[in-house]
Amino acid sequence: MSAASLHLAVALDGAGWHPAAWRDPAALPKDLFTAAYWAGLVTEAEHGLLDFVTIEDSLALQSTRLEGPDGRVDQVRGRFDAALVASRIAPLTSRIGLVPTITTTHTEPFHVASALATLDYVSGGRAGWRAQVSGRSTEAAHFGRRDIPGLRLESLDDPETVRLIRELFDEAADAVEVVRRLWDSWEDDAVIRDVPTGRFIDRDRLHYIDFEGSRFSVKGPSIVPRPPQGQPLVTALAHARVPYEFAARSADVVYITPHDAEQARAIVEEVRGFGNDVLKIFADLVVYVGEDARERKARLDELDGADHASDAAIFTGTPGELADLILDWRRAGLDGFRLRPAVLPADLGAITRGLVPELQRRGVFRTAYEAATLRGHLGLPRPAGRYAGSR
Amino acid sequence: MKQVILAAHFPGVNNHTVWSDPASGSQIDFAAFAHLARTAERGKFDFFFLADGQRLREQRGRIHDLDVVGRPDALTVLAALAAVTDHLGLAATINATFNEPYEVARKLATLDHLSGGRAGWNIVTSSDAFTGENFRRGGFLDYSQRYERAEEFLRTARELWDSWAEEDLVADPVAGTFAAEGAGAFAHHGAQFDIGGHFTVPRSPQRYPLTIQAGDSEEGREFAASTADAIFSRHSTLEAGQAFYRDIKSRLAGHGRSPDSLKILPGVTFALGDTDAEAQENADHIRRQQVSPQTAILLLEQLWNRDLSSYDADGPLPAIDPDVSEDSIIKGRARMYRDPLKTAAEWRALAEAKRLGIRDLIIEVTGRQSFIGSPARVAEEINEFVQTDAADGFILVPHLTPAGLDGFVDKVVPLLQERGVFRAEYETNTLRGHLGLENDL
Repeated sequence: MSAASLHLAVALDGAGWHPAAWRDPAALPKDLFTAAYWAGLVTEAEHGLLDFVTIEDSLALQSTRLEGPDGRVDQVRGRFDAALVASRIAPLTSRIGLVPTITTTHTEPFHVASALATLDYVSGGRAGWRAQVSGRSTEAAHFGRRDIPGLRLESLDDPETVRLIRELFDEAADAVEVVRRLWDSWEDDAVIRDVPTGRFIDRDRLHYIDFEGSRFSVKGPSIVPRPPQGQPLVTALAHARVPYEFAARSADVVYITPHDAEQARAIVEEVRGFGNDVLKIFADLVVYVGEDARERKARLDELDGADHASDAAIFTGTPGELADLILDWRRAGLDGFRLRPAVLPADLGAITRGLVPELQRRGVFRTAYEAATLRGHLGLPRPAGRYAGSR
Repeated sequence: MKQVILAAHFPGVNNHTVWSDPASGSQIDFAAFAHLARTAERGKFDFFFLADGQRLREQRGRIHDLDVVGRPDALTVLAALAAVTDHLGLAATINATFNEPYEVARKLATLDHLSGGRAGWNIVTSSDAFTGENFRRGGFLDYSQRYERAEEFLRTARELWDSWAEEDLVADPVAGTFAAEGAGAFAHHGAQFDIGGHFTVPRSPQRYPLTIQAGDSEEGREFAASTADAIFSRHSTLEAGQAFYRDIKSRLAGHGRSPDSLKILPGVTFALGDTDAEAQENADHIRRQQVSPQTAILLLEQLWNRDLSSYDADGPLPAIDPDVSEDSIIKGRARMYRDPLKTAAEWRALAEAKRLGIRDLIIEVTGRQSFIGSPARVAEEINEFVQTDAADGFILVPHLTPAGLDGFVDKVVPLLQERGVFRAEYETNTLRGHLGLENDL
């Protein structure tokens, strides 16, 4: 690992990660449902040479509750399909990775594979996926295809809930397996355009994936040729043992949520215990960046009527202090950080124009993009297709 | 004078698309899509159109390898094209069988926002278990329920699009109200879909993305007449086009709709040249490229429904008759001949009269270009079709990726503009606006 190989991503969600972010004077609440807003955010992230952006999504309205809508209208409600936002931005950027969230619970793995392969084509090899499960009964009701009992915080340990969580992540692992097989189902040289024999493809270089699982079976091959990266990047957010195992088994990058360096070390050890040595481990951090970070947070907490609560640690401070924290935590074995800006675009700008120059001064972050693909930014090779040479 | 509607179809995965020509480029790189879309926008086209197919075609149990194979996810490409075009409508074919309304409505509403009101949806259904092998439910839909599914799917999508009223997105930081109470709430209880909850996308610029329908059966025609904004039809001769046009338009009153509220757009092909003679030469050359010896045998198999791989493409038609049993050798594509024995007899007679081998016969009887001629002739014929009510416009299918539309836009479009039957500049910003359908909701 070279000194400059710290990886930085930014998680984009609505007006930012504080529930009242949209009411901050620096926010653009009327622009959230425009292409220009998202284009502005991603080009700013690219200006800061970040590895990638993630775009949050779910097939339900945002809610402060674990289960079901909360009826609140004083917070941002509603959002776009994240994969299409990523695609809309792709032609306007040239280097930054684009990682939309897509749920595995209610979607067709075949469509997910096609959409992400296509995103990889339109972005020239910059596509990724944050694979996410949904345990909400209200979200299942949007599809009417299956009953999910739903999750309640007070009963996360009861056997039914434990079984549901296990089932959702097993299904997610199956979905990722199908998607990865579909990406490989065309060999790289399948298109031959051989005029003498009249053949456009060599059909022996296309492969049925013949996946059979308890939730779905998928025949293949993909309708989309093998994408530029071979395998777009698969990522997952994980907070506990079952999702850690899923990430270690299925993902290229996992986001974890330690609240201090010690926890970071413990989680890294637990994740590595599943035996995936090449998995990149990023810590998530909610960030308020600037001289006035604490005051801004206090003001927003007052507007929202509650202290900002998050699964991830919350940082308030200057770019220098954030750089200190990142370098401290990094020693726990972290490959990078996914920063969740509290207010957009303000805290994103503070990352790209404050934190990044600070990290560059300290010699730990790139001063120019060195690769053209998302896998390239992370130092990951382009994988050979699993079916190549199986003829 | 009626105004001509023009749409551009990205070259498809069939033998119409010529891949053996030196000018033929990638069928999958984004640059190819961007080139064709920008060309269509330069020509002030109404919209860009992408077809769909969720399983690679097979013939005689093997993946079909003679035509272009492989294409992108339509909506994902269109979202990217929204970034490199400003006015062009962007229409995707989306299958109602292997998708769910919540997700499709969400994606189309997102595309409509991200494109400033330029989204369109060609709604198709399929009932084949072959395609179903790629999806959770498999081949669950009975053939007879295709239009029930399509109709309820579309109705449900529109309920979802209406779940946010225009004023529901408040975003008032002073009042502290982001969305109106109850924004996005919906409930739909039907035979195909029994769903309820909250939709996540606020009202999009067009409210309902443009709806296109392509089926030609009685049920398909009724479905279109009851609810579609445009029909992608296949009747490309003047007489057949006029008959179809009369039939469809006469159905509209029964659904309380005006004749102008549904646009009829046949899919057509073309071959241009400086003179009519040169255009005919080009057309013949393209036809030979489209029908390689191998493709000739394959297309013959589609009528004969038999393995004919041992036949010589330059030799005579098979003496044996077509297999008319139910089992089709083609998978992933509709059967194309209603009465194979009769068609075979016609082909034999033609081959004998003109002394044609298999390949030359196939060139003669399949896929001749709809419009062949100098730019002046093609412009005149297109206008004649529209003014005599054989069509409201056309979905043009070029034979080459990515430059197949260049000549049409450079040479034919200006002549239509001179005649005053095609816009010289975009006058509206939305797809519905281009088609004059924005007040029809």
